[in-house]
Amino acid sequence: MGFPVKFARNRWYVAAYTSEVTRELLPRTICGEALVFYRTQAGQVVALSDRCVHRRFPLSESHLDGDNVVCGYHGFTYDTSGTCVAVPGQRRIPRTARVPAFPVVEQDSFVWVWIGDAAEADPAGIPRAPWLDHPDWTAVHGREPLDAPYGLLVDNLLDLSHETYLHGGYIGTPEVAETPIKTEVDEERQIVYVSRHMDDAACPPFYANSTGITGRIVRWQDIEYHPPCLYLLHSRVAPVGVLPNADGSDPGGFHVEVVYAITPETENSTHDFWAVARDFAGDDDGVSDFLRESNRTVVLQDVVALNTLAKVLETERDGYQELSINIDTGGLAARRLIAAQIAQGAGAEPARAPSAAATG
Amino acid sequence: MTAVDGRTGRTGSIYTVEWVPGTDLLLGICHCGARRRFEDPIELWDWMLGHPEGHRSPADPAPEPALTRRA
Ligand code: FES
Ligand SMILES: [Fe+2]
Repeated sequence: MGFPVKFARNRWYVAAYTSEVTRELLPRTICGEALVFYRTQAGQVVALSDRCVHRRFPLSESHLDGDNVVCGYHGFTYDTSGTCVAVPGQRRIPRTARVPAFPVVEQDSFVWVWIGDAAEADPAGIPRAPWLDHPDWTAVHGREPLDAPYGLLVDNLLDLSHETYLHGGYIGTPEVAETPIKTEVDEERQIVYVSRHMDDAACPPFYANSTGITGRIVRWQDIEYHPPCLYLLHSRVAPVGVLPNADGSDPGGFHVEVVYAITPETENSTHDFWAVARDFAGDDDGVSDFLRESNRTVVLQDVVALNTLAKVLETERDGYQELSINIDTGGLAARRLIAAQIAQGAGAEPARAPSAAATG
Repeated sequence: MTAVDGRTGRTGSIYTVEWVPGTDLLLGICHCGARRRFEDPIELWDWMLGHPEGHRSPADPAPEPALTRRA
């Protein structure tokens, strides 16, 4: 089974950071759906299809009149539910004049959008990343465009042994690739866990410069992937020998939560949302700047590699051969869960107006 | 340092794959208790997710002994 290219429907995806959605119209394509996002005057996030039902003009190129979008071409006016409430020159509004509205939820500094049958959307099913806007934590974040299928980023993030080779000098050290992993799959909750606990490892610059630790470290990487979209890396570093207390408290540990949202844009492009939250040096802007720059550099190293990989794979889409070894255990499990999700969500579409007769 | 509970707890149906210490082998442990060693993660998942087929079958009579860690 290769990496996934198609999307799982009837799933929640991160569409934006909450800070990106304002009273300006924000276009963004999610799982092949061209969407437009905006905030109502009361602050609610709205997501509509970005194609006017009249002649398909992008609504994102239009303007807001209060909470309604007025199409920038001929003025069809849509309310927050996507229903057309005014058309130019006539009083009768065609029954089919509406654009699909997509369920949205703001949580943990993300705007999540439901891609599929709106009647099935349950906000309780959205996985959490509470560190990103928790008052006791400090987070930096970004978003990079990736010209590759999202499945390549899933593969990349589920196998951190690549840190040693692709990210040496930033987050990679020899111990990452050398240390065996433990993989778990929770079928019921649809989660893949991959853990790598290093008892005595070199401290890469990413952690040395942010924590101030000078010697060798205990380094734990505990991945918790909620396919398809949310990836959490619970990272703990401490001087060698410093472990959590028996009661679970951990005053000697430095905790970093690395969060990725892996959102397909199209079958060949991906929104790579990344965030780094920490529970130390919270007020130190120097540490924030350093972690933002370093992590962005690391993300871009992956982006360059995956863009290259996507290009060569495109020339051998059919029947290409790959070889999996132990380090791929988690990535293989993720592929299987996603394949099952794709099958499960097949055919779930947002409610569209009945299509008008084709024009000649 | 403040603990923020964002980690998700495990349910009862967990598939576990351990990398057998000191070897290149993977040990698959199904939630039903079946255990088997593999050299290839693809074969391992085929067997593991095929549960219950082939788990504790007569063809596989001796259950994997529990791993004992060397001190
Ligand atoms: S295309 Fe939007 S009103 Fe004509
Ligand atoms: Fe990477």
